[in-house]
Amino acid sequence: MKNNDLFKYTLQLADDVMILGHRLSEWTGHGPVLEQDIALSNIALDLIGEARNLYQYAAKQEGNGKTEDDYPYKRDVLQWTNALIVEQKNGDFAQTIVRQFLFDCYHYYHLEALSKSTDEQMAFIGAKSVKEARYHLQYSAEWMVRLGDGTEESHARMQQAIEDKMHYFEELFIPTAAESRLVESGVAVDLAPIRVKAYAKLNEVIKESTLKLPEDIYTQQGGRNGVHTEHFGYILAELQYMQKSYPNMQW
Amino acid sequence: MNKNLPLYEIFIRSKNGLHHKHVGSLHASDPQMAIMNARDVYTRRQEGISIWVIESKDITASNPEDSDAFYAPAEDKVYRHPTFYDLPDEVKHM
Repeated sequence: MKNNDLFKYTLQLADDVMILGHRLSEWTGHGPVLEQDIALSNIALDLIGEARNLYQYAAKQEGNGKTEDDYPYKRDVLQWTNALIVEQKNGDFAQTIVRQFLFDCYHYYHLEALSKSTDEQMAFIGAKSVKEARYHLQYSAEWMVRLGDGTEESHARMQQAIEDKMHYFEELFIPTAAESRLVESGVAVDLAPIRVKAYAKLNEVIKESTLKLPEDIYTQQGGRNGVHTEHFGYILAELQYMQKSYPNMQW
Repeated sequence: MNKNLPLYEIFIRSKNGLHHKHVGSLHASDPQMAIMNARDVYTRRQEGISIWVIESKDITASNPEDSDAFYAPAEDKVYRHPTFYDLPDEVKHM
């Protein structure tokens, strides 16, 4: 029998990495230099790989002949429960790096804890992906410092990116009702200690980058309930184009 | 950006016990970034377990014009190859 809480939790984790992976894949062929083009594409592949593992697990829970492809290709906006930060536009390289760094601060510590989940499959996925996330965090933190403590222009762009993106950081640490129930059985990760670790890392890197966190941060939220920003429809339009034009097509 | 960033030569060791081998070059602002870039560009298909980087300008190369003086004199000195010994049958892999 399907555990609704676990199913929702699985999809929510999958949607985060699916959408961020898709966003990063938009850089492929457009990176500022070849080295970073490849680096961002590698991270995109890591994230989509993690999403696949989670969607496969969701399909197994749901049964009824569902496959991993049904979730990314056949759900409409309201059914997606990713956090808003991952759907934000790539913008310039600074915007992409800040979005990535903020997500990595959450993602790495979250996976580290998920690898100790009492749910065997979740623990497996966490242990597999945490190695990748560790590199992502190293990569994005490195660029935070280089660009923040770089030239006048790179610093200004990074500061702008921080101010644009911080609104979406806190949502990553707000558990859904289903998630909170799963924390009690040790299946889901308790976000409170993750938040402490993520902020410690954030503050450390912000300081080294000579950047400043904005003082009054209004937290945008809604993604976990299917309420998305205006960018989301465009992502799905591209991601789901083939399935919408040729339903159930295979290749 | 590439115009401003120095070029690094990348060496990868494919497994323990083997030596680092030159695989190519890339642009980076300093050695640390060169290592990260090399990880992303040259080890995506499990090519290596260790990376060395060195700025290309720090490599001193021999001059092709010296070829005659450098290498030609060795041509008629075959006795420098250890091919004039009788090897016992027990010795393998020579």
